[in-house]
Amino acid sequence: MRQKTPKIKNFKFLSHTADVKFQAFGKSLEEAFDNSTLALTNIICDDQIKGLKRIDIKVNGNDLESLLYNFLEEVIYVLETKGFLLDKVKKIKINKEKFRLEAELAGDKVKNYELSGHVKAITYNDMFVKHDKKKKQWICQVVVDV
Amino acid sequence: MPELKKISKNTYELPKTGNMNVPGIVYASEKLLNAIKKDKTLEQVKNVAMLPGILKASIALSDAHQGYGFPIGGVAAFDMDKGIISPGGVGYDINCSVRILKTNLKKQDILKKQKEIVEALYRKIPSGVGRGSTFQISYKELDELLKSGAQYIVKKGFGFKEDYLHTEEEGCMKNANPDKVSERAKKRGIGQVGTLGAGNHFLEVQFVDDIFDKEIAKAFGLEKEQVVIMIHCGSRGLGHQVASDYIKLMEQEYGFKDLPDRELINAPIESKLGKDYYEAMCCAVNFAFANKQVITHWVREEMQKLFPKIKIDVLYDICHNIAKFEEHVVNGKKQIVCVHRKGATRSFGAGRKEIPDVYRQVGQPVLIPGSMGTASYILVGTEKAEELTFSSTVHGAGRVKSRADSIRSFRGEEIKKSLSKIGIEVKAGSWKSLAEEAPEAYKDIDEVVEVVDELGISKKVARLKPLVVVKG
Repeated sequence: MRQKTPKIKNFKFLSHTADVKFQAFGKSLEEAFDNSTLALTNIICDDQIKGLKRIDIKVNGNDLESLLYNFLEEVIYVLETKGFLLDKVKKIKINKEKFRLEAELAGDKVKNYELSGHVKAITYNDMFVKHDKKKKQWICQVVVDV
Repeated sequence: MPELKKISKNTYELPKTGNMNVPGIVYASEKLLNAIKKDKTLEQVKNVAMLPGILKASIALSDAHQGYGFPIGGVAAFDMDKGIISPGGVGYDINCSVRILKTNLKKQDILKKQKEIVEALYRKIPSGVGRGSTFQISYKELDELLKSGAQYIVKKGFGFKEDYLHTEEEGCMKNANPDKVSERAKKRGIGQVGTLGAGNHFLEVQFVDDIFDKEIAKAFGLEKEQVVIMIHCGSRGLGHQVASDYIKLMEQEYGFKDLPDRELINAPIESKLGKDYYEAMCCAVNFAFANKQVITHWVREEMQKLFPKIKIDVLYDICHNIAKFEEHVVNGKKQIVCVHRKGATRSFGAGRKEIPDVYRQVGQPVLIPGSMGTASYILVGTEKAEELTFSSTVHGAGRVKSRADSIRSFRGEEIKKSLSKIGIEVKAGSWKSLAEEAPEAYKDIDEVVEVVDELGISKKVARLKPLVVVKG
């Protein structure tokens, strides 16, 4: 098995002593959230995941950070409790005022894959969600406990 | 970077400035201190010193590294009336912990069967990601398990009374209240009883390579060349979810705007939320004790198939990530305090009533896992630890290199080969997880242990070396 580096440039991993830290980017908040899940999946599985199954999720937060935290936690939750391994986010809608998110996830049964990493929890450590006006992009930064 | 003042050999102070309620103290050698200075550990020590009701000092031990909110390898004790309890001070992997099993085998007895052992243990005990447990229970049974921990598993017929008697808290935190654990947490945990998990968790068959204190080794039932088995794992998804749930609840209740770091969120110990978190945390602690009890049972089953005359007893079982109410001396007066140990081990000296009868005369066994494939240590707790560190000592080597850097620098296949060359058989869930846990990614365990031995916050008893490694 080959140890790969991320294929896609819409997120990047940063150095962190014990845990995994990443930044994800997007022209819209939705895209940045979507790319955050790609970074997360990149930690968990090296293989190409098939998007055969669909599930809908709804998440609430009190601010953008907690919305992102709860969104990513839901990805871990469906993995551990339903055996659903995320391939990609098919649809995502965020209400920035009320901090509500609805998404349709595509993925596959986890037992069909050999996983390469484990995410214990999402953390608030160094987390931010912000809009870079100069670059006209949203940035999400997350440290996950692995 | 906060300025450090050298107090004596291996002891550095971060003087009390600004909003700090107490000073910070770092117990490390110069070399280890240089590693500690490279990340945000000292800043985090300083942040913890600002929390309400903290007593004496915000402490970092020689294996410390940056965590989230609180540093890993950190100890902080709080006044019961004015102080706080914090999920970030315990960590997401509540009761990530270590159990050592003693056997009646010698190194020589197992050398020719290393490959069989690694295959059998890997097959039987689910490790890595996504491998669920064959230990199936109902939600009603899960509540019982959360209430009584390892004792529940023994009652079901998986093990012996001595197993939990030789476990910190006798394998059961009494304040556990399953009603305080969310359905989400229970859903994550129910299929994971008896699983090793991933990350730095492992199961090793080791032998006693050296003995530093013959008398105490004898009291612990250890002799040179003896085969022992080390289990390192925690409370799995259940514990992670408990941490996550209470961080959110505390944010809603208290807000985080005044905190230097969002992960320092906390609640007064005496508040409803503080009490609820403690009771839920106790459940997660019990889950981890139960988890290791099931694994112990399976280890016995598998080893008995290979070695019909084998006898396996629990030496001891200690917690790493926990908050506990313990009696300590503060300003010359005995008082109950809430000690947070995040990546730290309790280190009670002789006489403490919390220690099992068999060890009370000498002190508590302290079990220090090395990084994968390197030496591990058994130490003994001391009275000195009570004076300096609220009866705490190190928990392991502590990382120096990030997981991402490790994956870039090392290859799993090569690590397996090089370990095999020095007589260690390894089997892991994936090559990537092997590369992440490369021994070079950690601080030098020998030096970490030397520092705490010199300080006297725990004393060396025996060194263990691995023969078989099953990696999560």
